[in-house]
Amino acid sequence: MSEQIEQAISREYEAGFVSDIESDTFPPGLDEDVIRRISKMKDEPEWMLEWRLQAFRSWQKMEEPDWAHLGYEPIDYQEISYYSAPKSMKDRPKSLDEVDPELLRTYEKLGIPLHEQEVLAGVAMDVVFDSVSVVTTFREKLAEAGVIFCPISEAIREYPELVKKYLGTVVPRTDNFFAALNSAVFTDGSFVYIPKGVRCPMELSTYFRINELNTGQFERTLIVAEEGSYVSYLEGCTAPMRDENQLHAAVVELVALDNSEIKYSTVQNWYPGDENGVGGIYNFVTKRGVAETNAKISWTQVETGSAITWKYPSCILRGDNSVGEFYSVALTRARQQADTGTKMIHLGKNTTSTIISKGISAGNSSNAYRGLVKMGPNADGARNFTECDSLLIGDTCAAHTFPYIESANPSAIVEHEATTSTVSDDQLFLCQQRGLDIEKAISMIVNGFCKDVFRELPMEFAVEAGKLLEISLEGSVG
Amino acid sequence: MLKIEGLHANVEGNEILKGLDMTVNPGEVHAIMGPNGAGKSTLGYVLSAREEYEVTAGKVSFKEQDLLELEVDERARAGVFLAFQYPVEIPGVSNMEFLKESVNAVRKERGQEALTAAEFLKRAKEACKQVNLPLDFLKRGVNEGFSGGEKKRNEIMQMIMLEPTLCILDESDSGLDIDALKVVADGVNSQRSDDRSFIVITHYQRLLDFIKPDFVHILADGKIVKSGGPELAKEVEASGYAWLENHEEASA
Ligand SMILES: Nc1ncnc2c1ncn2[C@@H]1O[C@H](COP(=O)(O)OP(=O)(O)O)[C@@H](O)[C@H]1O
Ligand SMILES: [Mg+2]
Repeated sequence: MSEQIEQAISREYEAGFVSDIESDTFPPGLDEDVIRRISKMKDEPEWMLEWRLQAFRSWQKMEEPDWAHLGYEPIDYQEISYYSAPKSMKDRPKSLDEVDPELLRTYEKLGIPLHEQEVLAGVAMDVVFDSVSVVTTFREKLAEAGVIFCPISEAIREYPELVKKYLGTVVPRTDNFFAALNSAVFTDGSFVYIPKGVRCPMELSTYFRINELNTGQFERTLIVAEEGSYVSYLEGCTAPMRDENQLHAAVVELVALDNSEIKYSTVQNWYPGDENGVGGIYNFVTKRGVAETNAKISWTQVETGSAITWKYPSCILRGDNSVGEFYSVALTRARQQADTGTKMIHLGKNTTSTIISKGISAGNSSNAYRGLVKMGPNADGARNFTECDSLLIGDTCAAHTFPYIESANPSAIVEHEATTSTVSDDQLFLCQQRGLDIEKAISMIVNGFCKDVFRELPMEFAVEAGKLLEISLEGSVG
Repeated sequence: MLKIEGLHANVEGNEILKGLDMTVNPGEVHAIMGPNGAGKSTLGYVLSAREEYEVTAGKVSFKEQDLLELEVDERARAGVFLAFQYPVEIPGVSNMEFLKESVNAVRKERGQEALTAAEFLKRAKEACKQVNLPLDFLKRGVNEGFSGGEKKRNEIMQMIMLEPTLCILDESDSGLDIDALKVVADGVNSQRSDDRSFIVITHYQRLLDFIKPDFVHILADGKIVKSGGPELAKEVEASGYAWLENHEEASA
């Protein structure tokens, strides 16, 4: 069996491509001057620059964390360029003919329509195309509801009071090494504001912000849901996007005010590196939300990309009766390493949290779940349920589980379940005996394993996520 | 349809099949009986290309092709179906999804269009009824939490859906009460046709009261030691397998 599986999973990354030389990019290096220039490029107000500089000064005194179950060569932060302008029309591929056919094949398998493929592949389009009208109607509909959804750089200029009020309140500038770096140098990301009592009329997806193709390596997102409002936000896209940056350090902050709900779904499918772990994105993300009274925050993530993933979407359940959820599928193969999980910090009374984590490891990869459930002294009647399942494909991969529980309240209840299973020979044989090829068999078994998480994803996303797993597990012969 | 000649097979280095011959013509039902450990399940696995079962000598042709050349899934798509003695669970994968993928994989091989969702559902519901499984079984995970009898009936349902040409049933009767046994037998009988053949592996004669075989073979120590008509099964029931000992001694 293991040999068959080896073959089936040792595929080439279907979205890999070589990029052109970029001209409009800062030279490598990071100092206060670079930050001033970023701020200037973005036409930012003085307070924003000051905010960045303070973050930078803190960052300089901080140490890169080394507690995660990850191994990689030290990153030289002076060797990175911190600003690269979106490619100009003339530097972009003129048509899909100029785009890596492997990338197109992936799009095809995902069933992505042609014009959307063009957008994702970064094809230069200065003519009107179908999606533009989609985006326009989309904007109009949101404006009617009073919802703000725009690049954060625009929000800093257009809605400074809102940004000032909430930026850094959930993830402080000095929260951790990567968050501090992001605070200093972030170049783009999204801003979402849902007014009181408004149910956002559609799923918000970064995908709709197609004018912002190169969202950059230091993305910053801030979502504010006013009292009694609701929003579902999709980050990323199941189709791999053009991306030339190796280091990613994003920060996402969610503010869920009383009785509101934020549902945040992510599909992350960046370049994982080759069989030997060369190349590939390093993804160090800080995602956190604060839920006030009766509010709910739900994180759902499907992680199949990146060479290194360091990511713990968390909920601070500050208000009484607030709810936090974390549903995660993390798939690693080849030499990918993932250390991911969540933190549920119960501060209010009767707060509840649910954690469902599904880790799938194949090849020589390493997949770690790291979760903290903390019950504060005032969290009377708080409850957590955690389920952590690992699925191993082959025998050269590894799965680890690091659950941390800290309870300062005797009335709080914490439940933890963990399982480790393998894709068994018997299961594969049954599938193949019914006519399925080995790749289909593996992807079906893996999809079944992930079902509890996929059902939390918005419908269309769930279907695509399933297909994405299938592609991620596919052999090089497609 | 199927011709097995001088088949030898090893499992983990031990020779289990030791020169097995057998010919199955279209439309025939062959019963294989024999004591535990004789190699009955091994024969089923060898015919369906399970990895641990290594053919060391002999030939197997199936519908004019060299069966041994084909992989597990290729054989399945060519029409070989094995109903398992111990069906395995696939958590989270619904029976419906599983059947749909399988049926369409097989249809594709035959050059047929994939079934539409509606047509598939119609057939699946009929098949469910035929083996007396409630419709909600389609939504449940493959064999997930099924009782022993339900698993066996589920195998027959898959067989009905996949329309294979060679059906190998490995102790589809074991652990069934008489009612369930009848359901399984009815399911099988409904599929009998001039161009579909069956190899029915069983330890007991009882099943053969309901599925009438054309031929009965006794498999012992990796070989067919005796073949005959349905009356052979009755003999076995009357006298057990003890006579085999003598037979082996005699042939040794
Ligand atoms: N996977 C296996 N590994 C090791 N030995 C096996 C395996 N499968 C079958 N055997 C051995 O092969 C012999 C025949 O087994 P089997 O074909 O299951 O017999 P039957 O179905 O007639 O009871 C037995 O001695 C059994 O222990
Ligand atoms: Mg057996």
